[in-house]
Amino acid sequence: MTALYTLTDLSKRYTRGKESITIFEQLDMTIDQGDFISIMGPSGSGKTTLLNLLGGIDRPSSGAVDCEGTRVDKLSEGKLAKWRSQHVGFIFQFYNLMPTLSAAQNVELPLLLTNLSGKERKRRVETALDIVGILDRKGHRPAQLSGGQQQRVGIARAIVADPKVLLCDEPTGDLDRNTADEVLETLQLLNRELNKTIVMVTHDPAAAGYASRQLNLDKGRFVETGAA
Amino acid sequence: MNDLTLIRKNLFRKKLRAILLTFSIMIAFLIFGALGAFYNVWTAGVDLAAANRLITVNRINFTQDMPIAYYSRVQSVQGVENVSHANWFGGYYQDPRNFVQTFAVEPETWLSVYPEMVMPDDQRAAFITDRTCLLVGADLAAQFEWSLGDRIPLNSNIWQQNDGSSDWDFNICAIFDGAEETAPSNYAVFHYEYYNESLAFNRDRIGWMVVTTTGSDINDAVIREVDALFANSSAETETTTEAAFNKAFLEQVGNIAMILLSVIGAAFATILMIVGTTMIMAINERTKEIAVMKTLGFPSPRIFRMVLAESVLLSFVGGLVGLGLATLIVNGAAGALAGFLPGLSMPMDVVGIALGLMLALGLITGVGPALAAQRLSIIDAFNKH
Repeated sequence: MTALYTLTDLSKRYTRGKESITIFEQLDMTIDQGDFISIMGPSGSGKTTLLNLLGGIDRPSSGAVDCEGTRVDKLSEGKLAKWRSQHVGFIFQFYNLMPTLSAAQNVELPLLLTNLSGKERKRRVETALDIVGILDRKGHRPAQLSGGQQQRVGIARAIVADPKVLLCDEPTGDLDRNTADEVLETLQLLNRELNKTIVMVTHDPAAAGYASRQLNLDKGRFVETGAA
Repeated sequence: MNDLTLIRKNLFRKKLRAILLTFSIMIAFLIFGALGAFYNVWTAGVDLAAANRLITVNRINFTQDMPIAYYSRVQSVQGVENVSHANWFGGYYQDPRNFVQTFAVEPETWLSVYPEMVMPDDQRAAFITDRTCLLVGADLAAQFEWSLGDRIPLNSNIWQQNDGSSDWDFNICAIFDGAEETAPSNYAVFHYEYYNESLAFNRDRIGWMVVTTTGSDINDAVIREVDALFANSSAETETTTEAAFNKAFLEQVGNIAMILLSVIGAAFATILMIVGTTMIMAINERTKEIAVMKTLGFPSPRIFRMVLAESVLLSFVGGLVGLGLATLIVNGAAGALAGFLPGLSMPMDVVGIALGLMLALGLITGVGPALAAQRLSIIDAFNKH
């Protein structure tokens, strides 16, 4: 397996007033290409912070975040934005779709950052929506879709630019069991069939069960709890 | 889909709010456009004033007259090219509500000092030779549907003829137009001789003189010399350039420019606050969406441009609708007010200023929210929500 991410001596501290809060200290981790990792842990353990560091939307206090030889933590804000658009797909708990745009337009958003033609963008959007099984709802706005359908649109948006890694923050946290299973099966499909590397933060042990590697983050340390 | 789609969708996501904002901007530009057009035509006299044309009036004020003898004395002043004189006749046609702005003038010199009064040569000759000829402006002729050869009576509330009549008969033998579109042609002139000889009282008096100099550079010297001629007389004079005279005349009505600026300034200050506050609120409501866009990889400068473009677009949508309506109103009023405000139209400089104001309004109201969006921290935005 090829290492996609290498985290070395990663520390994250916040300052709140005069108080310094350490989220984690000297964390080391390797994520291989094609991994499907679930990260569980108590609230405040730093799961989302870790996801943000992997996605380049937060910077470590010290240590290195390396993604295929790129020091993500060293990139300027402009380069980070470009890097994110090319390498990472984000899936959020509350979908975070644009309410004024249709499903297809929401999925098309990341493609506005590319030089693709309108025709090619449309083709890719329809492919992404087809993969997640919601092509027939492409003209609907988020308010006209169920939670599960909205999350599928969110997944389609995350994969439409063909990133190597999908970072999922509680992707099923707002869904009922059956819908959550459908969404997780879709993620599993993306991992197996399209070789997407997935890092998923979850509180749900059942959701974590879909991952090939299950990690528990507690008191700033990883504990491997299982592997499929 | 492109950035403009996103901008448009964000702008009109709350339709009622967008409509109300557009409406308020529209009102501001409607006021600006309409008042600007009226102001432009109101002050056209100042703009149209010839650089070498002077006006000499009684020093007490311009409603007081002077002896006709002054006319020939001014002709002899060095640097004077031509002199004419005029008297206010007032006048109305058939009904006192049909006011006709009419002056009794010395015909030949009047046409010399006002070369912008354009007419065919035969009509010009007819006006000079026919003592009862009324030289009518084209707008005035159109207003009362007069044409060449018509014989019309004008009544004066001021001047009676020596037979006791206040009806003055005229023959319309010439119709003039302005050399420029904005030059007024809403008045009439007739022979001073006809006027003076028919008067029951106050003969041999003139209201004011129009003096042209051989060059504007000697205006000051001519002004001094003309006024010196009549210093310490029973009717001292005050000579000014035509532009200064017109300006002072307009200011008798009030400082129109200040009034207009106050109205427009108040309207824009209000709009600025309303639109600015609303844009800040609108961007605050979208904090999370902006954070998502940044997460997806939209660079901060692009977010800045999109938010700024939103307020500029809003400003232009409202502004152009308002300016369009103002143009319709001005064009509609132009016909009805042709007699009072000839040449009323939407001037290009008002349109140009309005476009500049639209851009400025959009930029001023958008730059704060755009900067806030640009600086937005993704982490802070997600934590906040």
